[in-house]
Amino acid sequence: MSLEFSLLITVALILAVLGCLNGGVAYLILVERKISAWVQDRVGPNRAFYGILQPICDGVKLLLKEEMIPKYVDKIFFMIAPAIALITAFMALAVVPFGPTSPSPILIDYRQNSPTYELAVWPSTKSEYDAVIDADRSRALEKKSVSFEEQIKVYNSRIQFVLAPHVDIGILFVFAIGSLGVYGVILGGWSSNNKYSLLGSLRSSAQLISYEIPLGLSVLGVVLVTGSLNLERIIQHQVDHGWNVLFQPLAMVLFATSIFAECNRLPFDLPESEQELVGGYHTEYSSMKFALFLFGEYTHMITTSFLMMTVFFGAWHLPFITDPNDFSIFGIALKFAVAAGKTIGFIIFYMLIRWTILRFRFDQLMHLAWKIMLPISLASFTVLVFIVHFKPIGQESIWLMCPVSLAILLASGFIGIRLSKPTAHATKSKVPYLGHGTGYSVQHDSKIRLESSSR
Amino acid sequence: MKADEITWVKSPEFGVMDQIFLPAIFTGLVTTLTHMGSTLFGPKKDVVTQQFPEQRPHLPANYRGVHRLNRDDEGRVKCVACYMCSTACPAHCIDIVAAPSPWPDREKYPEVFVIDELRCIYCGMCEQACPVDAIELTTLYDLTGHSREEMIFNKEKLLSVFDKTVAMGTDPIRTTHGRLGVASEPASSGVTGSSSMQT
Repeated sequence: MSLEFSLLITVALILAVLGCLNGGVAYLILVERKISAWVQDRVGPNRAFYGILQPICDGVKLLLKEEMIPKYVDKIFFMIAPAIALITAFMALAVVPFGPTSPSPILIDYRQNSPTYELAVWPSTKSEYDAVIDADRSRALEKKSVSFEEQIKVYNSRIQFVLAPHVDIGILFVFAIGSLGVYGVILGGWSSNNKYSLLGSLRSSAQLISYEIPLGLSVLGVVLVTGSLNLERIIQHQVDHGWNVLFQPLAMVLFATSIFAECNRLPFDLPESEQELVGGYHTEYSSMKFALFLFGEYTHMITTSFLMMTVFFGAWHLPFITDPNDFSIFGIALKFAVAAGKTIGFIIFYMLIRWTILRFRFDQLMHLAWKIMLPISLASFTVLVFIVHFKPIGQESIWLMCPVSLAILLASGFIGIRLSKPTAHATKSKVPYLGHGTGYSVQHDSKIRLESSSR
Repeated sequence: MKADEITWVKSPEFGVMDQIFLPAIFTGLVTTLTHMGSTLFGPKKDVVTQQFPEQRPHLPANYRGVHRLNRDDEGRVKCVACYMCSTACPAHCIDIVAAPSPWPDREKYPEVFVIDELRCIYCGMCEQACPVDAIELTTLYDLTGHSREEMIFNKEKLLSVFDKTVAMGTDPIRTTHGRLGVASEPASSGVTGSSSMQT
């Protein structure tokens, strides 16, 4: 195939990315601790060079700590669970762009004079492939356009800051591999042979499966507008037409919420909620195995932050600052800095949200996923399909999604109020009405017993 | 509590803005960021952290830390070896051997006075039981040692704790504010058994 890749550059990239990731994760833990401290009016870790060497001290401590494997665990699964958690987290990073990229060219099948938009099936034999390429070349000569082969040459001449460039199922791959990460959690919790661990992993599996759905649905809108699952093309589409967050703010909010749940971050950190479940699925783990779980979790956080900025915030693109056609060293550095800045911004947002919202109860968590986020994302996606197909106000109809998003959000609010009104039965009964199954719905008739001061 | 003392209130109703969460989350984020900003850029006194080994906390005078054996005005041990403290001690960590007093104002004095600081539960009952306010708990809290033997404090050690705390000016609350025991009041008030005068 003509999509040669340079082994040397790829290996160098992989090593560089994994190296940066390892350091990055270690320092993310420091950043997390520092931000937690600042939010709580504390100072945070400030020994060992004002805290700068703290991650290294932590790493050495975890490496040298005694490895405890309880007698009653299922040894094989107990051992491979942290490895699975880490490997899946690393693998999901393979297709996520972390720096400047250019859109991968599309090979179009012109053989029967009826161009299909993109090759449905990649040619399996050399002769078939040559036929497609020939048709493409002759058409390029005819139309005086750039042929696929030349596009590929240009594409390959630039360093793509993504470990596996030109992956047409990009976003699907991230979700597929990312949700494999739950196996690490489930195996870890189950093989620990411990009630708390098992409860943690059960919660985790239910939570991750539930939040996959709004996650997928919110990205589906972006995929529909772009017409491709390839992340590089999603970026290019945003460079050409504006960031997706401008058109689909509601999808962005749903995506962010689902990502919090997928990463087990605080409003949804039920798998390890330490106040209820000791440590959740990693209760029995110690030393480096525990560190691997932690590592996988933070890697997941980085991956999803990359994904967030790629899908909704234009990755390396910043209007008037980064020029898409600038491939000089300075241009690349600038794009890299913009991408890194956006990612760090999201990670800090993650950490601030952690200290802003309280943890949901488990039924509230399920309620949010199935009764709130799923209908909202379905409604928003349906409207988007109509807008994209019928184009009610011409080419720029996609802007309609902005008011529509707001309308759907407000409508969901009104419906929520309506649904949480107490029923006639509940008003009559002496027992205080406690909402419709959930704690956060309105408790109109509930009466709180206040102790009077005369006691 | 009687029924008419109960005030029934209605919980506030959720509006649309509460129901769609996002404005509430935004308000919460503002609070979070305000705290973060005040820690980072605000005055130092807003930060609650105490840098422990360098910066010592100011404990209240009624804190129950390491014991001390008080001295009277002449620098002698105040204890009259009555065994009240060791009797009151729920952890049985006080060990006293009494001997005839070399001084005319009391019958006995402690020849040996040992407290096992590792057995002690720091309940302060010895302090309450003492009729002459000879034993007190100080605000010293960072008690460490290399061996168990090191943590068994004898009379000299306990008296040196008194000297140290007096020098530091961290007298326990009874010495400075509280009403002292009957037996430790001056001899002129008609009570025998003690000659010392508390400050």
